[in-house]
Amino acid sequence: MISRPKEELRLDHKIIGDMVEGGSMVLDMGCGDGDLLEYLAEKKDVAGSGVEISEDAIYRCVEKGLSVSHGDIDSGLTEYPDKLFDYIIFNQTMQQVHKPKEAILEALRIGKKVIIGFPNFCYIRARFQIFFGGHVPITRSLPYSWYDTPNFHSLATKDFSMFCKREGITVEKSVFLSGNGIVKFLPNLFALNAIFQISKK
Amino acid sequence: MAKKDMEKIEGLGIVETKYYNMPDGEEFLLESGLKISTLKIAYETYGELNDDKTNAVLICHSLSGDAHVAGYHQGDKKPGWWDDMIGPGKAFDTDKYFVVCSNVIGGCKGSSGPNSIAPETGKPYGLGFPIVSIKDMVEAQRKLLSFFGIEKLLSVCGGSMGGMQALQWAVSYPDEVLSCIPIATTYKHSAQQIAFDEVGRQAIMTDPTWQGGDYYEKEQPSAGLAVARMIGHITYMSNESMEDKFGRALKKEELGYEFTTEFEVEGYLRYRGDSFVKRFDANSYLYITKAMDYFDLQQDKKLHQAFKGIKTRFLVIAFSSDWLYPPSQSKDLVKAFKMNGIDVTYCEISSDYGHDAFLLEFNEETKLVKHFIEKTYKRVKK
Repeated sequence: MISRPKEELRLDHKIIGDMVEGGSMVLDMGCGDGDLLEYLAEKKDVAGSGVEISEDAIYRCVEKGLSVSHGDIDSGLTEYPDKLFDYIIFNQTMQQVHKPKEAILEALRIGKKVIIGFPNFCYIRARFQIFFGGHVPITRSLPYSWYDTPNFHSLATKDFSMFCKREGITVEKSVFLSGNGIVKFLPNLFALNAIFQISKK
Repeated sequence: MAKKDMEKIEGLGIVETKYYNMPDGEEFLLESGLKISTLKIAYETYGELNDDKTNAVLICHSLSGDAHVAGYHQGDKKPGWWDDMIGPGKAFDTDKYFVVCSNVIGGCKGSSGPNSIAPETGKPYGLGFPIVSIKDMVEAQRKLLSFFGIEKLLSVCGGSMGGMQALQWAVSYPDEVLSCIPIATTYKHSAQQIAFDEVGRQAIMTDPTWQGGDYYEKEQPSAGLAVARMIGHITYMSNESMEDKFGRALKKEELGYEFTTEFEVEGYLRYRGDSFVKRFDANSYLYITKAMDYFDLQQDKKLHQAFKGIKTRFLVIAFSSDWLYPPSQSKDLVKAFKMNGIDVTYCEISSDYGHDAFLLEFNEETKLVKHFIEKTYKRVKK
């Protein structure tokens, strides 16, 4: 899981918390230390479970009383029956999935709704860095160099919207975040992070 | 004070094995359809059973285990086989829970088995003892628990064959098991697992002193049982742990070019085999390995169908280098639970110890088990 300033994470969590209906059943793919699941359990009385690749993170989740499964995201979706969950969440993990398209479609099969939070690659400072700096951008939401990044896939909010359209996926909600709060104006340019809620009939 | 003595005081201290005898006139019906009219169960308990009897935890032992899971027997230097996990403040916290462990039926550590006296003949049963299954082991445990007035288990936990019993509990009595912790185990014995057991059994049965199992008044088939244990030990370790512990180290300075125990690993296996013979009955080894081989929760169904309607919470633990009960079998189990919407936590603990890891990696196991049971217990108290 990507480490980032705590307030920003909490804003992520708050926005996702606002999207999720109380008392629902949630699966958090790449749940890390389980902070989001714990927040959702406390604030929204959510019955949550998670999938996480890091053994140490599993211990921290269990300490929080969470039910988690040790494994990778790509293979962690296939075992569930259709529409078992109300929400499948990929918060800051989709860019690390080997096959994002398969993962999203599989998540839409097992979940009624899918919530995806990801760093926006086309953030304005990133654009400046490529244009004037001539190097792959390093921003607050993408703090890595090419040789140590856990991210396989770079995407912008626009890419994601186009993907949804092409796959016949409904975007139900979208929220864009900068360092200071929610971005309403030209999000593909000014947002560091984006959170989408999607569904598919 | 020596460190070891300190631990003794901090742990459970001196404990003793007790015995339950099935009341006269009752019969114990086995899965095979056969009956026995006397049933004795060796057990130990730690902690106090609370008034509403909601804090009972059952620990199930593996092939060569016994009821003495924790604390020290009077005069012993070594504690029970899983003492690191059970005691005040430990994973199975005896300040909170009432922990029970009993020797399996078919065993040789105080419970009824082939070395018990058959009431009909006044002599040891030998092969006259009925074949037992994992389910029979569970039924015997359930009899003991009902003697304590326990109708529901807060948790049932076991490693290896103990894990099979834990799973059988959840399948046979889903309403009586709130949480289940199968460790380094499987839902059915695979061909490879059966094959290793069969080699062990053949080692015993081809030992001329075995005498069709009728050796109790003569001598135990030590050579055969020792070989069976040696094979077992190979499967309990990983290539890494053997390499790490022995490599190609020699017992003497150089090779002797003769058929003696030259390599350290040979000496170790011989020692393990010889010491096992002193504490285990060869017929019990046959009975218990057979019970494991019969174990198959899946049968001819899809695996997930075996767990329909179960509300038990599960904590499944596997070890990365365990090739006897590999993580893939635990993952199949977890997948089947998930398909049923069962609340499950799964962790594959990274370890080089092979199958033995379930007895050795207690720090990691504690991190998982302690909080998992606490969470279950909190729900009970609500």
